[in-house]
Amino acid sequence: MAVLVAFLLFLGYGFDRFYAGDGALMFPVGSLIALGLGSVSAFTSYYSGDRAVLLSTGAVPIDRALSASATEGDTLKFRQLDNVVEEMSIAAGLPKPKVYVVPDPDPNAFATGRDPEHASIAVTRGLLDAMTRDELQGVVAHELSHVRNLDIRLMTVIAAMMGAIALLSDWTRRGLFHSSTGGGSSRGKSKDKGGGAIVLLAVWLVVALLAPIIGQMLAMMVSRRREYLADASGAELTRNPLALARALEKIEHAHLPTVAIKRGSAHLCIADPLGKAIGLRQGWLPDLLASHPPMPNRISALRQMGFQE
Amino acid sequence: MTWIVLGVVAVVAVWAIAQYNRLIGLRNQTHNGWRQIDVQLKRRHDLIPNLVNTVRGAMEFERDTLTQVMEARARAVSATGPADAARKEGELSQALGRLFAVAENYPTLRANDNVKMLQEELTSTENKVGFARQFYNDISTRFNTAQQTFPSNMLASMLGFTPAELFEITDAAERQVPAVDLSMRK
Repeated sequence: MAVLVAFLLFLGYGFDRFYAGDGALMFPVGSLIALGLGSVSAFTSYYSGDRAVLLSTGAVPIDRALSASATEGDTLKFRQLDNVVEEMSIAAGLPKPKVYVVPDPDPNAFATGRDPEHASIAVTRGLLDAMTRDELQGVVAHELSHVRNLDIRLMTVIAAMMGAIALLSDWTRRGLFHSSTGGGSSRGKSKDKGGGAIVLLAVWLVVALLAPIIGQMLAMMVSRRREYLADASGAELTRNPLALARALEKIEHAHLPTVAIKRGSAHLCIADPLGKAIGLRQGWLPDLLASHPPMPNRISALRQMGFQE
Repeated sequence: MTWIVLGVVAVVAVWAIAQYNRLIGLRNQTHNGWRQIDVQLKRRHDLIPNLVNTVRGAMEFERDTLTQVMEARARAVSATGPADAARKEGELSQALGRLFAVAENYPTLRANDNVKMLQEELTSTENKVGFARQFYNDISTRFNTAQQTFPSNMLASMLGFTPAELFEITDAAERQVPAVDLSMRK
């Protein structure tokens, strides 16, 4: 997180130094504007993002799912889900979030909403069918931990910074194009500073052009750490880490990607909805770009907690 | 020199206010946690007559078990004081456990959707009582730790905070690990 802030500061500093012309302006206009624009989009999603996500996944509120359920078995499953969510919110000392069911056969679950008072937890049909009561409890505890740890707020702030980084990088690219055709006066200025400045400029340019990828890696690093944290604090709620480990194993073995859940909300799911194309392969590159840590690592971490008791 | 002294006093004052607010927040959460246990126990009392009525027809032979549950419930409802309540609720939990164990012997009962639903509701209520206690114990532990660790313990004792009592199983039978005989002797 701190690295991400530092990275944004570095980009913004360079942008203001080389593009906005030094001395004329006392503050970092460029980075402030970029951060402002990034924040607008991120905070729109902060306040209405939960509705958008729920709508795009086709999630059905639990009471509507209950009244529409065809068989007694379905009613039992839905009641069970509703009960489990309530149990977990009691264990966490939080108000009970709204409960949704997503009509998708792949087992997955996600949480959304800006704070514990406005939280929602959605679970796919496939998850309800595949899990025992204990395992479902583990999954719900994981999602509720995202709510309790304020991960939604954190990821919103990160999205704002990512937006700013993308804008800065974009402006840099445009600026480069202009200066090479039109003889860029701003670049001319900094050339007078001597060798050190040119090296710095070159380094900065490369970094700025690669910024969206680097930013993505840093954001995903934060996301993966929050997943481990949610696993651990979920286990603290149920006092049953092994049930969550079993649930993760079941999710891992169900290979389908969750079609109903889009990329944007991936970091709030229990498992990467894009599927195991990334999740199963291990190695430094997939690890850097995945929103979730590799399943085997999560499972073995939970197992360790289980055997400590 | 006076500025340094004033600065130190100001820092201490800000720290004291923050600690005081933290302690009050924890105390309120602890009280709320305790009341939450009561709420869940009340719900359990309301649910039990329903359960007994549903299984009564199919479990004609097990009058005793059913009567025991109802009696345990009546005692739990009329319990006075936390210690008494804890003991009687423990007895009620045991009576319910016996009822479920006996119900396993009735295939028609096991297949009955109504009974399954009620069993789910009752499992959930038992869990809710358990998790409410867990939350109470977690939050009181934090409250007590805040009172007893240095340096906030000086403030806590000055302002007369008292440690919250943790919820414990009072009934020896409930704590006992069930004896399992694996010797295969008949």
